Amino acid sequence: MTYSNNLTFECETGNYHTFCPISCVSWLYQKIEDSFFLVIGTKTCGYFLQNAMGVMIFAEPRYAMAELEEGDISAQLNDYEELKKLCLQIKKDRNPGVIFWIGTCTTEIIKMDLEGIAPKLEADINIPIIVARANGLDYAFTQGEDTVLAAMAQRCPDAKSLKYKNINTIKTKQHTNLILFGSLPNTTVNQLTTELSKQNITIAGWLPSSRYNELPIITENSYVVGVNPFLSRTATTLMRRRKAKLISAPFPIGPDGTRAWIEKICSVLEITPKNLNTRESEIWDTLDEYIQLIKGKSVFFMGDNLLEISLARFLIRCGMIVYEIGIPYMDKRYQNAELALLEHTCNIMNIKKPRIIEKPDNYNQLDRIQDLKPDLVITGMAHANPLEARGINTKWSVEFTFAQIHGFTNAKDILELITRPLRRNNSLQTINNNIYY
Amino acid sequence: MKLAYWMYAGPAHIGTLRIASSFKNVHAIMHAPLGDDYFNVMRSMLERDRNFTPVTASIVDRHVLARGSQEKVIYNITRKDKEANPDLVVLTPTCTSSILQEDLQNFVSRASVETDSDIILADVNHYRFNELQASDRTLEQIVTFYIKRSLNENTLNKTKSNKPSVNIIGMLSLGFHSQHDLVELRRLFQDLDIQINQIIPENASVNDLKNLPKAWFNFVPYRETGLLTAKFLQKEFDMPFIDTIPMGLTNLKEFINAIENILQNYNCQRNYDNYLQNQIKYISQAAWFSRSIDCQNLTGKTAIVFGDASHAVAMTKILHLEMHIKVLWAGTYCVNDADWFHSQVQNICSEVLITDDHNVVGDMIARTDPNAIFGTQMERHIGKRLNIPCGVISSPVHIQNFPISYKPFVGFEGTNQIADLVYNSFTLGMEDHLLDLFGGHDTTDILTNTLSSNSEIVWSPQALQELSKIPGFIRGKVKRNTEKFAMNKKTYLIDLDLMYEAKEKLGT
Repeated sequence: MTYSNNLTFECETGNYHTFCPISCVSWLYQKIEDSFFLVIGTKTCGYFLQNAMGVMIFAEPRYAMAELEEGDISAQLNDYEELKKLCLQIKKDRNPGVIFWIGTCTTEIIKMDLEGIAPKLEADINIPIIVARANGLDYAFTQGEDTVLAAMAQRCPDAKSLKYKNINTIKTKQHTNLILFGSLPNTTVNQLTTELSKQNITIAGWLPSSRYNELPIITENSYVVGVNPFLSRTATTLMRRRKAKLISAPFPIGPDGTRAWIEKICSVLEITPKNLNTRESEIWDTLDEYIQLIKGKSVFFMGDNLLEISLARFLIRCGMIVYEIGIPYMDKRYQNAELALLEHTCNIMNIKKPRIIEKPDNYNQLDRIQDLKPDLVITGMAHANPLEARGINTKWSVEFTFAQIHGFTNAKDILELITRPLRRNNSLQTINNNIYY
Repeated sequence: MKLAYWMYAGPAHIGTLRIASSFKNVHAIMHAPLGDDYFNVMRSMLERDRNFTPVTASIVDRHVLARGSQEKVIYNITRKDKEANPDLVVLTPTCTSSILQEDLQNFVSRASVETDSDIILADVNHYRFNELQASDRTLEQIVTFYIKRSLNENTLNKTKSNKPSVNIIGMLSLGFHSQHDLVELRRLFQDLDIQINQIIPENASVNDLKNLPKAWFNFVPYRETGLLTAKFLQKEFDMPFIDTIPMGLTNLKEFINAIENILQNYNCQRNYDNYLQNQIKYISQAAWFSRSIDCQNLTGKTAIVFGDASHAVAMTKILHLEMHIKVLWAGTYCVNDADWFHSQVQNICSEVLITDDHNVVGDMIARTDPNAIFGTQMERHIGKRLNIPCGVISSPVHIQNFPISYKPFVGFEGTNQIADLVYNSFTLGMEDHLLDLFGGHDTTDILTNTLSSNSEIVWSPQALQELSKIPGFIRGKVKRNTEKFAMNKKTYLIDLDLMYEAKEKLGT
C-alpha cells in the first residue's frame, strides 16, 4: 500500500500549543516498573511536570528533576561529578533497574555531553543509564516517548544472547519473531496479544517491556511493527541500527485500523487471517449508538499529539466530516499505510479529503474555527475553555494519549470520549446559548 | 545540580506572565521552546478563564539555536501588535533565553519602531528569581515605565483626590483566593469610606497608571507581590503604604489602625473604633466562635503552619492569638523574606522553619506530629500520608482551591471562613480518632464482594490479576457484570478472553 498524492499537506508557522515531550516520563515510569527517570533541566521543566502530572507527583513517583543551577550553566561545576552525586542518591533511595536521563532544552543549549557521560557513570555506579533527548527544541509531546524508545532499542539484546536461550523455543517461533513497539498499558498489551494469538501469531516481545531486563531480543530476522503513529525515530533505529524488518501498517486505533493492522501483519508473515471480517463488524455493531450521535457532524483537529491522522481516519469511517487535521510533525514514510487508509476511507465514505496542516499556527486555526464553526474541536487545554465559552464543543486532546484507545476492545472508549462533549452539551440546552462570553 | 521532586514557587517567567496577563490589553510574548506555554493551560484550567490567555510563544527551535532568533522575535511582536492591538507587549525571557544570551533588548527597540504598542523586556533572571520575586519586579517595572513616561510628557496626575483614597497593589491572576479577597477588600474600603483609586494589575489599563499618585496611600495585601512598586511610589511621590494582610482579627485591627494613622498625617481624623467593634460583634463570628464551648475542645491542640510569608504569618497569628491553638512551628518557602518572617512569628510559635524543600517540611511534620496542618497542597498530601488533617491556606494550589462560591481569606467574612476551616480540620481529626477507637466503619471490602453468590464461576489467575488492576470503586461492578455475562453464555471459567469479550459487549 502506498498513498497517491491526493491528500494535501500544508505547513504553517509552528506557533501552537502542545505538551513538552518530557511529559512522557509520566506514563513511561509507570510502564517500566523498575525504571527511574531523571529529567536534567531547569525549574521550568519541573514546574511543567508538577502541574501537568498533578496528583501523580504526590504518589512518590519514580522520577525527579536534576535541577540545573547557575554553576552548572556556567560550567563552574563538573557535570560528571554532579550527575554521579544525584544518581548515587537515587540508587540508594530507590535502587532502580535502569536510570533514564531525559535531556532538555537547556542540556542541548549548553551542550552537556550526556551520551558521553552516561557509559562512564554506568560503569562507575553499576546501573544501566539510558539517555533520551526529549526536548522542546526538537520535539512535541508524544515524540518524547519516541526518543526514549529509540534509545532503548539500542539496549535490546541481540543475536549473541540468542545462544543462551532454549533452542527449541526459537525453532517453534521461527517465523513469528515479531516484536511490537510502543508503550501501552498492560491491559491493552494483553488485548492486542490475545487478538494476534487468535491469528496464531505469537509475539516474541514488546518494546518497552515491563522491566528493563525483559527487553526483547532483536536480530536481523526480527519483524517489528509499531502500535502508535508517533514512533518514527524508534522505527528508524530498529531498521537501521538493529537491521529489523519494519511492517508498515495502519495503527490499531478503531476497529478499521485494528483490522488493517492485523491483516498487514498476517500478510507479511504469510498467514491467512481468520474471522477478521466478523470480528470487525461485531465491533461496529456495538458502536452504533455512538455513531448515530456523530454521523454527519464535523470535527477539527488543532493538532498536538500525532495521533491525529489515525483518529481522523476512524472518525471519518464513523461518518464524521473532518475539516482539518493539525499535526505537529508528519512522517509520511512511517505513516504511509495509515495515510493510505485515510485516503481509502475518504473514498469509500465519499467525503472530501481533509487538509493536513503540519506545524499549525493556533492563531490562524482559531480564525478558521470561527469561520467553519465545526461541531467539535479536538484541542489542548489552553484553548478548550475559551472555545466552550464561545459556544464551540471541545474535547481535550491529551485524554486520547492517556485513555486506552487501541484494539477492537477499546474502540468504544474512543467514541465515549468523542461524544462526551456532544452528549453533555446537548443535555444542557436550557443554559446553553453562548451566555458565557 | 540538585535533586528536586517538587517546588513551592514556580520559575521566574510565570511571575512575569501572571502580571502581564492580569493587566487589561497587555500581551506577553515568551521567548521559549515548544511546550513552555503551559501557563496558558493553568489560566484556562485553574481560573476557568473564558478568554484566550494573552500569552504567545516566539518559539525557540533548532534554527534559532543555529542562527539566532534574527527577525523571528520582532516578527512575532509586530504580528501580535497588528492582530490584538495591545497597549503593551511584554517580551518575557525564559530559562532558555537566559542562556542563549540573545540581545532581546535590541529586538525590543527595533520592534517598537514599527508598532503602535509599547514594548518592554521583562527584567528577570531565571537563575536568580522565582515566580513571586519576578512578579514583584515585573509589576514595578511596568509601573515605573509608565510613571516615568508621564513624568516626561507632563501628563502625570499628582493632585490628591478630595476624599481619602487607596491603590490596591498586587492583585493578580492565579493567586490564592485572590478574586474573593478582592471583593472583600472592596467592601472593607467602602465601609471605611475610602475610595479605591486603582487596583493593579488585575483588570487595570496601563494607560491609567499615570493616575496612581492621586491616591492618598498604597496598600499591598500580599507582600510577595507589590512591595517593590509600593516602595518605588513612596520614594518618588512620598506615598505611604500598608503591607499588613487583613487576614484574621488581629491583623484587621492592625490594618485599620495603620489607616487611621496615615489619614491623620493628611489631617483627616477618622475613628474606626465603633466600626471595628460592631464588625467583630455582628459580622465576624470568629471571636464569639472561639469563645463558644464547642471550641473548648481545641484547648491544647497543636498545629503547624507552612506557606507563603503573608498567609503563613497571618495564620500563625490567628491560631495562636485568636483560637489558642499551640503552633509547634511556622514556616515559609519565601526564603528571600526570611528576616521579616522571623520577626513576625518568633514569639508566637515554638520553632521557625525557612526552606523551599518539601522533604524537610515533610520530615518536620512527621517529627512534630501535630493534630492539624495548615499549609499548601503539598502539606495536604503529606498530611494524607501521615493521617493528619490539613487545611490549605496558601499557594501552590490545585483546581479545588479556585472555588466558585465566595471564600475570601481576608476581611471580616474571611475570619468566618478561616474559623470554619480550622474547626473542620480538627473535628475531622477527632472523628477519625474516635472511629479508630471504636473499630471504625470500614467499607472497603464490601465493594469487591459479589452479590451473585454463584460459586460455580471460576476466575483464571490471569483474569483475576486483570480484575485487580481495575480501580477499586468499579471493580465490584465489573466483576458482577462479567459473571452475569459468563452465566448467560453458560461458561463457568472466566479467562482474559471472556473478560475482554464482556467489556466489548457490555461496555463495563
